[in-house]
Amino acid sequence: MKKKNLAALLMAGALCFGLLAGCSNGNNPGGNSGGAVTIKVGGIGPITGDLAQYGTATEWGAEIAVEEINAKNGPIKLDYRFEDDTGVADTAVSAYNSLKDWAKDAPLVIYGCTTTAPCVAVASETFADRYFQLTPSASSPDVTANKDNAFQMCFTDPGQGVAAAEYLKNAGLGTKIGVIYNNGDAYSTGIANAFIAKAKEVGLEVVATQTYPDDKTTDYTVQLNACKDAGADLVFLPIYYTPASLILAQAKQMSYAPIFFGGDGMDGMLDMEGFDKSLAEGLLLMTPFNASGTDERTKSFVEKYQEAHGILPNQFAADGYDCMYAIYEACCKIDGIADMDSQKLCDALIAMFTGGDFSVDGLTGTSMKWLESGEISKAPVVVKVEGGVYVTQ
Amino acid sequence: MEKRLNGKRLSKASRSGFINYGIVIAAFVILQLLMALGLLSNSLQSLLVPTCCYIVMAVSLNLTVGILGELSLGHAGFMSLGAFSGIVASFLLADAIPFAPLRLALSMIVGAVFGALGGVVVGVPVLRLQGDYLAIVTLAFGQIIKNIIMVLYVGVDEKGFHIAASSERFNLAEDGVAIIKGPMGAVGVAKLASFTAGFVLILITLAVVQNLVNSRSGRAIMALRDNRIAAESVGINTTKYKLMAFVTSAALAGAAGALFGLNYSSTVASKFDFNASILVLVFVVLGGLGSIRGSIIAAALLYVLPELLRQFGDIADYRMLVYAIVLILVMLVTNNDSLKALLGRIIPKRKGAASHG
Repeated sequence: MKKKNLAALLMAGALCFGLLAGCSNGNNPGGNSGGAVTIKVGGIGPITGDLAQYGTATEWGAEIAVEEINAKNGPIKLDYRFEDDTGVADTAVSAYNSLKDWAKDAPLVIYGCTTTAPCVAVASETFADRYFQLTPSASSPDVTANKDNAFQMCFTDPGQGVAAAEYLKNAGLGTKIGVIYNNGDAYSTGIANAFIAKAKEVGLEVVATQTYPDDKTTDYTVQLNACKDAGADLVFLPIYYTPASLILAQAKQMSYAPIFFGGDGMDGMLDMEGFDKSLAEGLLLMTPFNASGTDERTKSFVEKYQEAHGILPNQFAADGYDCMYAIYEACCKIDGIADMDSQKLCDALIAMFTGGDFSVDGLTGTSMKWLESGEISKAPVVVKVEGGVYVTQ
Repeated sequence: MEKRLNGKRLSKASRSGFINYGIVIAAFVILQLLMALGLLSNSLQSLLVPTCCYIVMAVSLNLTVGILGELSLGHAGFMSLGAFSGIVASFLLADAIPFAPLRLALSMIVGAVFGALGGVVVGVPVLRLQGDYLAIVTLAFGQIIKNIIMVLYVGVDEKGFHIAASSERFNLAEDGVAIIKGPMGAVGVAKLASFTAGFVLILITLAVVQNLVNSRSGRAIMALRDNRIAAESVGINTTKYKLMAFVTSAALAGAAGALFGLNYSSTVASKFDFNASILVLVFVVLGGLGSIRGSIIAAALLYVLPELLRQFGDIADYRMLVYAIVLILVMLVTNNDSLKALLGRIIPKRKGAASHG
């Protein structure tokens, strides 16, 4: 018995050291390569835990852009590192501080965080320390509120809720509307509240407002039944795709077939493992990115992403990709960037982003510009799932 | 003869207590020195305050689990109560008390009071239960607190203080400020927490817990743990002493929560979920049930470990896996008889301790 215990101990120890031994000197140092200025880009997002699929998408999307940029041999090179925040605010602050340690005195730009609550916590730190921060997907207005250094690549939650209500009004869809949202989540609640308020304003009838407490919920029949009983012919789902896929499946089981309408968190559903694409037929969603787009850049991005990771990129990845190009293109236009530290670079980038004549073309929009507040201005796009692919409406 | 023995035993207990103070003070001085010399990395500096909070959480939970002997799975619930009440208090006091350390102290007291209130609310009906039942109820309590705060909207405008359980009923004027916004949590919190405050809180916690344990009440509490029927038979009031330990533990967790909440500009209720409670319980169990010093060391090391693992290049990808393996290793090592015997041979003093198990 004792020997067994000891053996277990040794095994666990060996496992631990095996992992340690696997660690090589993978950190490629920055520095000048052929006269180009190297900017360190520190990403933060959840790559473990419940929200890992969103964090890894932003990590990988940006990675592809960094590879492309560095292969260009342009005036700016990016040195990219991504830290895990597990989707929690205090871990995100630790991750941010370890990025500061990593950059030392080199100019550092913060890319992230993927989710809202950590991003708010980190943004107040970067604001105090004067680092430029661009988030791919943290969409609450709290992220940029009262901070001149924080910018978003995605729509704000209230902005998306308002856009959704306006779209439904203009398209004449849905006479009676049901809303199901996650009232334990800032993103979902932010969109839902703005949507309901705007719907009232433009004269849409919201007949049912249903909530669930967290994305680990697996049974949505109560919420769906409430919508069905209220006679909703359109159900607005401002939620992430994992719970949304269950809602679609359960609605089908109870033969309830309203039009389902979702936000950008819904993008990625079609590529979920084991998801029956026919369930999503007719689903409307607002997403800035369409992986089956036909333009050259989207095609090459999707190809590279699929080759590297075996799945289709979603809007999180595309937002990440665009973030890198926004940082790169802004840096290229800054004079005397070679002598700048992070703080000077921060001020220069703020001036560039809010200057008015700076715009970026990317996968999630063309001539994207930023407002003083840090919000992005680009046109929302509504797509419909037809035959397993997105068709722009 | 008996008197001498008694005196010796007490002095041993207080000596152990003084060693704990010594360790904490030494760690504080060393870390301050390192900071002054610029040898402490940013990431370690950012971990100082949360580590202090988790040390207090572990020591206070040890009072319930180790000293009182009742399994509590909702300790993060008290932390959450303390965090949000502390944030609201610091916000409301912002104009009245501009001096940050005083405001922080008052907020932590408010946090402790709310933690204690939560402790009373749960404790009075629940401490009549024993063993698994208490564990289940505390687990539920943690979830209830989380879900209540998730739908809670708190704000101030010129008409005064507003509190509502949904955004529709939250009638804040245009110029009002929302302090807690349901699932968005508390945003835009003025960061008041400092390492010194965390250090003082640990000392206060140690003073409270160690003096309680070494007092007449503490002995009654431990008697209840060891044999409830025997303790009752000599006239110990079960509910009173259980409640005393439980509420003290909850109040300290509330204070730690307030410090934690005031260390970040945004705090969400979902942070204080079941996993957070279990994390603290892991610190307590790995540090040794009933061992205050063990709780301090385990909480400090295990909270910092996953962050330290970030620095090891490729291993950073597996840091949560390594963290889990380390937890298993610690469990195996501390429960391995042959290793204990080996330790006993190296350090003769431990022999006695080892044989006691």
